[in-house]
Amino acid sequence: MVQMNDVRMVYDNTSAVALDGVDFTINEGEFVFLVGPSGSGKTTIIKLINGEVAPTSGAISVNGFDMTAIRRRRLPKLRRTLGVIFQDFRLIDKMTVYENVAFAMRVVGASGRDIRARVPQVLELVGLEGREKRFPAELSGGEQQRVAIARALVNNPRMIIADEPTGNLDPVRSLDLMLLLEKINELGTTVLVVTHEKELVNAFSKRVIAIDSGRIINDGMDGYYGYETE
Amino acid sequence: MRLNRFFYLLGQGVKNIFTHGFMSFASVTIIIACLLIMGCFSLLTMNIDTMIDEMQNQNKVIAYVDETLSEDEARALEDKILAVDNVESAEFVTREEAMDNFESDYDDNVFENIDPTVFRHRFVITLSDISLMKQTQAELRKVDSIASVTAHLDYAKKFVTFRNIVSVVSVVLVVILIVVSLFIMTNTIKLATFGRKEEIAIMKMVGATNAFIRLPFVIEGLVLGALGGGIAYLLMWGLYELLTERVMTTMASGIITIIPFYTVALPVLCVFLGVGILVGVIGGTTAIRNYLKV
Repeated sequence: MVQMNDVRMVYDNTSAVALDGVDFTINEGEFVFLVGPSGSGKTTIIKLINGEVAPTSGAISVNGFDMTAIRRRRLPKLRRTLGVIFQDFRLIDKMTVYENVAFAMRVVGASGRDIRARVPQVLELVGLEGREKRFPAELSGGEQQRVAIARALVNNPRMIIADEPTGNLDPVRSLDLMLLLEKINELGTTVLVVTHEKELVNAFSKRVIAIDSGRIINDGMDGYYGYETE
Repeated sequence: MRLNRFFYLLGQGVKNIFTHGFMSFASVTIIIACLLIMGCFSLLTMNIDTMIDEMQNQNKVIAYVDETLSEDEARALEDKILAVDNVESAEFVTREEAMDNFESDYDDNVFENIDPTVFRHRFVITLSDISLMKQTQAELRKVDSIASVTAHLDYAKKFVTFRNIVSVVSVVLVVILIVVSLFIMTNTIKLATFGRKEEIAIMKMVGATNAFIRLPFVIEGLVLGALGGGIAYLLMWGLYELLTERVMTTMASGIITIIPFYTVALPVLCVFLGVGILVGVIGGTTAIRNYLKV
């Protein structure tokens, strides 16, 4: 669960106000789109959720962690409850599909036996069975993003945060990917998708939080157009 | 830490070394150079200290008799010498005995057939108080028919000065070289971290602890440092034995005492490995620091 109360964020180096009094709650098991133009504050919200930055004021709670008081050494514990997916996939080129996914388990101290049991399950879930030995360069963009999703899922996070996950994909692959995220959500994982792709958002009847100039301007089930008409 | 996790991290650390082979080689080389210079100066200081101690233990002054005096006339000076303040005893040594002593100091026959007249009759004088050596030396010079008086303490004082200079130079050099070693070590490991920055970012993202991320780089530094320390120790040993052999075959062997390497081998090994590992570990920890702030 993510809860933000009157969060204000001013970056020290630029003095720019990135967020100004942001309030929202994402409950366990929800599927939420976070939409808004470039520079609206979407990325800052992600950084606040995963503890990369601390808010200037206000209160944030993420999966039971108080982000305004969290100690640096507790951040790994928080991050193990989150799975993050990026537009540019961020796969390790010299590792195979299997190794990329297993790497995420290995670095949090999973045993070899657990890795051997879990990785094939996740690869099957994202539809990459049979592709284990391929390197990222041998895969399509959609497949690479599926590897990234598998890596985000492999440690059983409570929440998946997808930052412009379809930015490098064509419309068909984008829809496939969103369907996969919806499936993951149906299995119980909270999903937060940050995007600015109107058609994609409107294709799903999900909660949309719209942000502009650091303020929440719409929060509801009325899709992306709700944001546009503000 | 589980064993498989430890071996994984160890493997990553060793892999890093070979990924940047040339820089690893440069790091080990600079550590070896630093330790060798540090070792040379330290061992030189230790040897000088030993020689100073020996000289100070030999609180003897030699008074050479005027060469025109016969042996009997020279012997007769003993009473005058014993009358000088601070003289505890005086042993008369004839020029023939002096020559024999001199020859016995050398194994070869370089000094065979030397005419004993080139040596002077002399008194080997023991003093009551070594701190008054300078004054006693001056009093002995005033005794009739004493041509010159030598005291080892003069050498000892020169050695002390020399030892102090060597100590200061070695400390300055060692500090400079350690800083240079740290700089090169840090940059070597920074190259490894730069090549793996995506991996490090992913590790941070999925919740790896800083210790887990840091450990391969610390292991890399540790292995490079220990390797440098070990090689430097072997080179130092060889160099020391070589120099000892050279010095002992020269004329200086009579006045120079060299500490055998085996008596200092363990401390030298510990210091070399310790400094090498310390430089490596600090280098590794420093190199990765910036990537762990996220």
